[in-house]
Amino acid sequence: MILSPVILLLAALCGYAVAAVAGLLFMRRERLAAAFSFGLAAISGLSGLLGGLLLLAGTPANPDGPFELLPPLIPGIGPLMPGLWFTVRLDALGAFFLVIVSLLAVAVSIYSIGYAKSYFGRKNVGVLGAFYNAMLLATTLIFVADNIWVFLIAWELMALTAFCLVCFEHEKTETRKAGVLFFIMSHVDAGCLVLGFLLLFQTSGDYSFGSLHHIGAVMSPGKRNAAFILFLLGFGIKSGVIPLHVWLPAAHPVAPSNVSALMSGVLIKAGIFGLTRVCFEFLGPPPLWWGVTILTVGTVSAVLGVLYALMEHDLKRLLAYHSIENIGIILMGLGASLIFLETGHSRLAALSLIAGMYHTLNHASFKGLLFLGAGAVVHATHTRNMEEMGGLAKRMPETAFYFLIGAIAISALPPLNGFVSEWLTYQSLLQGFGVTESMWRLVFPLSGAMLALTGALAAACFVKAFGITFLAQPRSEHAAQAVEAGPTMRMGMAVLTAACVLLGLFPTAFIRLLDPLTQQLIGEQISARLSVANGLALASLSEYPGTISTPGMVLMAVCLLPIPLVLWLILARKARTRRGPTWACGQPGLTPQMEYTATGFSKPVRMIFKALFRPRRDVQREYDFSPYFATNIRFESHIEEVFVERLYRPLRILILRISRRVRALQAGSIHAYLAYIFVTLLLLLLFAL
Amino acid sequence: MNFSLPAIIAQTALLLLLAPLLSGLIRNWKAKLQNRRGPRVWQPYFDLLKFWRKDMVISEHASWIFVATPFVLFVTALSAGLIMPMVTAQAPLGLFGGVLALVGLLALGRFFLALGGLDPASAFGGMGSSREMTLSAIAEPAMMLAIFTLAIAAGSTDLSRIVLASQGTGWNFLDPSHALAFTAMFIVLLAETGRIPVDNPATHLELTMIHEAMLLEYSGRYLALIEWGASIKQLVLMSLLANIFFPVGLAAETTPATFAMGLLWLSAKLLALAGAVVLVETCNAKLRLFRVPDLLSAAFILAMLALVSIFMFK
Repeated sequence: MILSPVILLLAALCGYAVAAVAGLLFMRRERLAAAFSFGLAAISGLSGLLGGLLLLAGTPANPDGPFELLPPLIPGIGPLMPGLWFTVRLDALGAFFLVIVSLLAVAVSIYSIGYAKSYFGRKNVGVLGAFYNAMLLATTLIFVADNIWVFLIAWELMALTAFCLVCFEHEKTETRKAGVLFFIMSHVDAGCLVLGFLLLFQTSGDYSFGSLHHIGAVMSPGKRNAAFILFLLGFGIKSGVIPLHVWLPAAHPVAPSNVSALMSGVLIKAGIFGLTRVCFEFLGPPPLWWGVTILTVGTVSAVLGVLYALMEHDLKRLLAYHSIENIGIILMGLGASLIFLETGHSRLAALSLIAGMYHTLNHASFKGLLFLGAGAVVHATHTRNMEEMGGLAKRMPETAFYFLIGAIAISALPPLNGFVSEWLTYQSLLQGFGVTESMWRLVFPLSGAMLALTGALAAACFVKAFGITFLAQPRSEHAAQAVEAGPTMRMGMAVLTAACVLLGLFPTAFIRLLDPLTQQLIGEQISARLSVANGLALASLSEYPGTISTPGMVLMAVCLLPIPLVLWLILARKARTRRGPTWACGQPGLTPQMEYTATGFSKPVRMIFKALFRPRRDVQREYDFSPYFATNIRFESHIEEVFVERLYRPLRILILRISRRVRALQAGSIHAYLAYIFVTLLLLLLFAL
Repeated sequence: MNFSLPAIIAQTALLLLLAPLLSGLIRNWKAKLQNRRGPRVWQPYFDLLKFWRKDMVISEHASWIFVATPFVLFVTALSAGLIMPMVTAQAPLGLFGGVLALVGLLALGRFFLALGGLDPASAFGGMGSSREMTLSAIAEPAMMLAIFTLAIAAGSTDLSRIVLASQGTGWNFLDPSHALAFTAMFIVLLAETGRIPVDNPATHLELTMIHEAMLLEYSGRYLALIEWGASIKQLVLMSLLANIFFPVGLAAETTPATFAMGLLWLSAKLLALAGAVVLVETCNAKLRLFRVPDLLSAAFILAMLALVSIFMFK
């Protein structure tokens, strides 16, 4: 048998389907259900991963044309509806996202085998496995869809399965509320997409993606811009761009942690995928303002995302806000790429696209890793509140190590993968200044400066997240009794840790895999130019290229490390080391209450950006004789979420008011309803004439 | 690109040996300017030697992060120094990274130092970490914009290239955009090296300290490594400022003669910068913590003006 990418893809799809059914079949025997459905999902993921990599590594850009999905699987079946086939096609862009979803599927499924144990006897693990696999199936289908119907059906299936998974622990009120919000936003987003695709269909008259290629060139400008705005809204909601993000920090934390990892790692990337496909392939060539809009939206999302993340002390909500930040960074790359396309600098467009896409892959790996780590921590401490954690580095050393790697990667610190993709983003933003004479070029260095702010605040945020969660003394009884996660959970995290390290240390090898993608979307292949010194270093595209070499940095560190060690041997031979208590200002005994809290840690940022956060605090003391000797203190601190308060609340009030008026129509009288039907029929007939 | 081993070794030695001297010099001059006798210029060397030989107490609450931090800080500061052109325009390991990598390496050191501050469960350490990370985050955009100004003018983020480009022909590096960017970077330098008016390197007053608060639980050889690493970081940032804004005396080729010449120029420039730092430290009082963002946003505005002036004057 020849292992072609398409066969591997089909195997993966079948695997997910079988695993989903198996989850339901073995519902009564939870151990079997967990092992079988998650185990099979991991194998299917591996197959998909291989398929994607095989296609990207192969030389011909598009070896396989579109093909019908159902006939090869179920012989003798016709089109779903007349003229409507279930067409899929694996091209370079789809293959790249297939790699992302499959990588996460492998790691998260391995993790889930152990993680599902926490639900044994409490929840139906078979159903969890079924929805989990159905979601993976739908997400994979989105990336390979080749006509509007398949895309929208898969999109809806992904939203519905994700909704069911978000609501998995539905006995909690918080979960149900988040689920409903997610459900509403998903459908607003699907609505925008349907309208957008209808606009495209109006011009093309055909549902297949092939007929939509560069359809923007024949559309009227007004229609084209309307379609762009609809797609930006639709895909923007899915990827959690500010101000369309409200559902994300609500829904991601309440889902089971393995699902959170998939949602933050892959599902929001479906929005990025859609935007890339639509802007580069369908609606292009883009006008300048599209690129500028996306770049600006990306910058705002990045900065505000990380600022809100800093204010969180719920570990999973913090990570969810960081997803918004990283989506912003990805959009900066995409926006810059669209601007370069308009100004005719196709190589720079390819560089920016590579920056965005590489960050998409990197974010999937480190955010997946961090969510898995957070899941292990929440599993061990029974709380998501960082203020009740602490001291876990000693109790869960392996998880702590993996989480630290993820934290370094997401803070864009060398030598890991986050640093590499942010470096590429910086390089493309820097060169943007030279491509045009208009005032617009100031947007590039300003975005660059904001990216610097984002990176530094992310580092601050992860010092807090890692420091408060894993270091110092345990702040609660649960944290003190925490134990290390099980072997499969650790293995799942190890897979993603390895991905972060490899993607960081060998960027030139992985960027070569992006060649087919840039060839398909822009018509340039630049990986050879980006790699210098036999692939040891990564270079920018300018005349005098700036370079970085992450393996070089590691080498440098390894060579420099002997200096302190030798000095240690020479100078400190007689010095002894002993363990002692931390200085507590002379007070006997250091209690966890004396430690710096997560809220305290982020207080300077809260004060500096108080115009944004509008912090409120409420302190009540109870005392017997003097306010300085309080017997009881109650402290509350709130920040205002500007978008919820100023945008969504008025909107909700407006919608409720309108619906109250409209309710008059629904009088409950069958005569009235018959009259409506009759009037509608008349109007339609008139319209048809 | 070929690596010259002598150049690497020479620069490493220079970084290791010169860094304490620079700290000592600043401390000595500052004392003189304030009518005190002050410690000898060589005092930091004796301090380091003393720290190396001392016994060490490690907090019982601390994890392996606490132990790793001094090494990470020291190695990242040295690595940052090696990718920077110091004596000649050729950085010994310039291929491994440009100015963005330099910023990244220093940030990695800071990341670990802040974790090291939180690790021993002391409130002071946490306070220092929180302030350090916040202020560095506010300083970062100003620094990046100033760097962008130079990088755009040079067409590259490669530091050797930036130096050569701003050398250009004669003294034309004295233009408005360079001057504005330099001022911005100087303010950032004060913040990054923990100088008055941002932080007071001489204080152990709990409410005002930032950098020192993170080190409170360190002793013995780990303290030596951290102090040394911090002074190397200061040397790296000051030489960076000296070399990219006043690229006089940096030869394109590395030979013993140009090396000696470059060393002389470097010393002169560092002395001038140290003088400026001492002057600022003596003439100003430490700012209240929540006034510091104003200073740093002033730096940001200056860097922004530097950028705008590139396309106003060219």
